[in-house]
Amino acid sequence: MYEVLRKEEMADGSIIRLDLHCPLIAGKAQPGQFVIIRANEHGERIPLTIADCDAFSGVITIIFQIVGKSTALLRGFKAGDYIKDVVGPLGKAAEIDKVGTVVVVGGGTGIAILHHVTKAVKAAGNNIIGILGARSKEYIIMEAEMRQLCDEMIITTDDGSYGTQGFVTDALKKCLDERSDIKLVYAIGPIIMMKYVCRLTEKYHVPTKVSLNPIMIDGTGMCGGCRVGIGGETKFCCIDGPDFDGHKVDFDELEKRNSMYLKKEKDALLFSIR
Amino acid sequence: MQDYDVKYLKYKTFINAYCPYCNKSFNVKDKDHDYLHYEAVFKGQEIDLKLSPYLDVFEIVSSVEIESGEVLEDLRCPGCHESLIDPETMCGECGSHVAKLTISAYAKLLPFFVCLKHGCEWHGLTKADERNIKLKIPRQEMPEQDQKLRVRNFQEVPYGFTTELAQLEAGRCLQCTNPKCVNGCPVNVDIPEFIRQIREEDYVNAARVIKLRNILPAVCGRVCPQEEQCEAHCVLGIRDKPVAIGNLERFVADWAMKTDAIKAPMAPPKLNKRIAVVGSGPGGLTVAADLLQLGYTVTVFEALHEPGGVLVYGIPEFRLPKSIVSHEIEYLRMLGGRIELNTVIGATITIEELLQDYDAVYLGVGAGLPHFMNIEGENLCNVFSANEYLTRINLMKAYRFPEYDTPKPEGNKVVIVGGGNVAMDSARNALRCGAAEVTIVYRRSRKELPAREEEVRHAMEEGINFKLLTTPIRFIGNDISWVKGMECMRMELGEPDAGGRRTPIPIERSNFMIETDLVIISIGTGPSPLIFANNPNLERNRWGYIVVNLETMETSIPNVYAGGDIVTGSATVISAMGAGRTAANAIHTKLSGE
Repeated sequence: MYEVLRKEEMADGSIIRLDLHCPLIAGKAQPGQFVIIRANEHGERIPLTIADCDAFSGVITIIFQIVGKSTALLRGFKAGDYIKDVVGPLGKAAEIDKVGTVVVVGGGTGIAILHHVTKAVKAAGNNIIGILGARSKEYIIMEAEMRQLCDEMIITTDDGSYGTQGFVTDALKKCLDERSDIKLVYAIGPIIMMKYVCRLTEKYHVPTKVSLNPIMIDGTGMCGGCRVGIGGETKFCCIDGPDFDGHKVDFDELEKRNSMYLKKEKDALLFSIR
Repeated sequence: MQDYDVKYLKYKTFINAYCPYCNKSFNVKDKDHDYLHYEAVFKGQEIDLKLSPYLDVFEIVSSVEIESGEVLEDLRCPGCHESLIDPETMCGECGSHVAKLTISAYAKLLPFFVCLKHGCEWHGLTKADERNIKLKIPRQEMPEQDQKLRVRNFQEVPYGFTTELAQLEAGRCLQCTNPKCVNGCPVNVDIPEFIRQIREEDYVNAARVIKLRNILPAVCGRVCPQEEQCEAHCVLGIRDKPVAIGNLERFVADWAMKTDAIKAPMAPPKLNKRIAVVGSGPGGLTVAADLLQLGYTVTVFEALHEPGGVLVYGIPEFRLPKSIVSHEIEYLRMLGGRIELNTVIGATITIEELLQDYDAVYLGVGAGLPHFMNIEGENLCNVFSANEYLTRINLMKAYRFPEYDTPKPEGNKVVIVGGGNVAMDSARNALRCGAAEVTIVYRRSRKELPAREEEVRHAMEEGINFKLLTTPIRFIGNDISWVKGMECMRMELGEPDAGGRRTPIPIERSNFMIETDLVIISIGTGPSPLIFANNPNLERNRWGYIVVNLETMETSIPNVYAGGDIVTGSATVISAMGAGRTAANAIHTKLSGE
């Protein structure tokens, strides 16, 4: 049992932040790694990337958007409640070196994970340009934290309610056109966003890393549910990832595999409401 | 006649009566209860008559019907009307007159004598007679759930022996002075002794005898391939069928579980040495139990949220009910074992860290990495590894979706690729999840199927199709990338390979299509990867399994031991337990010698 120490609702309650007391995991977690969470006895095992951690106080932070039954269930937890199972840290840590200027691109809830990675990018001594995007103003999360880490910051919203109107790809293209010193792009967000970021950076020959979040059960290499096509080869996201060379990822396959249970998710939600 | 009374009958398995005069057998039946316990009062004394449903074991010529509570003046053979009470018989023990009754577990073969003066009981046979009689008892079959009904539920298929069947089966054991069966058992259970205890009706002791060597008897009684192990060595097997040791083990274990008779033995004095066991599968549990009973402090680390390893995520409910697994694991806790769930060694804690806190570490992490075929379309939606499919259904209880949140994979025409036990489990699970048609595709022939004969038989009985000498070469998806078909090739068997199995060779231009909407790949597994993370010192062989000294199971890292699938590659529950036993002994030798 793992205690919820703090809960915060963001973006009108559609994005939730939970701080969990998991000393062993907090002591080990590196940026880019994830945990598997099962909220209760009947729950599903879902992977959630660690958004922040503090080894000293034994706390890990997870931030997630309500998308289905399991995340809706997690939303019901408040400080003082206990989550049944948390296991991790799983996956490979993000490999971050000093390369010069790095663009970190975050979309929606992906910003939360990006934040943890950006800390490491910063610690390695890189110059950072941050591009954050979302549907509208309220979905831009952790802006203040990101501003602290980034040397430059661009914000885009689809509806123009905040920052520049448009997609992160528009802002990224502008960056790539204007500057030639960009050595690496880190993109974390919805699959569709990462896909278009990678298409763009491929044209500019800028190495791009993405963090994938496929469906998983155990997270230890046992089920193979998280397999993704990487440059024509099948990799297990849980043990080979979750970070991959974005130019090699078969995003279309990933998108389809991730939508496998959409209908079931609805059934599960309806069942729980009843 | 007045002086002679039948007192009671030794075995509670009296099914049939046999008339020694006309040489015919008959049964005594209760009109109202088909085969329930019946108490007949015979000449003022109560007789405990138990009538069994398995009457067809014997050739019944006729039956005597009695009313409930009816008092019989005499018991006469319905054929020749001769009384079965023989006033001339003398007690073999004390010399008094006795009544002779030929109602017995062995029906027409084993007469019974009860001395009226002292109550002695004996059957007046020489050892040779007894042996001959035993040789004539057929191997008892375990009753099973009806084929048509069982494919629609997740309840266990074999019901287990009744006391009557267990007595009959136990009666077949010759109690060899030099028993071969014990050597066939990887954990050397004293098989003749526990069977003798069954004959004595001392089931608690029978269970104790097994538990001494095997911490998971209810599991092993169900999933061990006894036909290749203990039963393969049984001398009865030379001329007839071997004693059903596995079924008897299951009977005893279930009996002990039902009556909650087994209590943990007295805790031994603590040794002040700590052992870490990585993985709570059968091997890890054995190491833990053995060392706990020697006084070590043992902590078991499990990556998943439930202990049991393959017993909970792999083997289906209808073959091994999860309540049985949790009961057996409870026993480990009773011995004082601690189980840390949700702890991945190699991620949450490293082996180096364990070595700082523990005197020895045992790695029983299994071979859990599923293999795929690396053919086109393998990542289409609704193509699963058997591991994922079974984990969803068993561990996550997806078969009870949406009551449980994990979605259940669904398909109407299910194809399983592979022919092992895991393939059979997947196929039978698919049927129970509502598939209309389930087909197993295997590249060799029926003879080479690696699954246990019993599993293949169950699968066939349930109506699973077998497409043998066939291999898939690609999967075809529909417009939304869900699998809709599979292109296959026919195979023929070529020369035997190094292991003696004939190599399948594709037949050119034999391609054909199989329509399917759910594919389960069950072609084997490789070593679980995470234990090797950050551990270059752990020596591995060319297939990636851990290299150990086979006498001690110690790895290249001192005080780190390993066993089970992570050393041998996929094998059986019991061989993992055997490796655990070897390691536990070696750990004890090393730590107590130091």
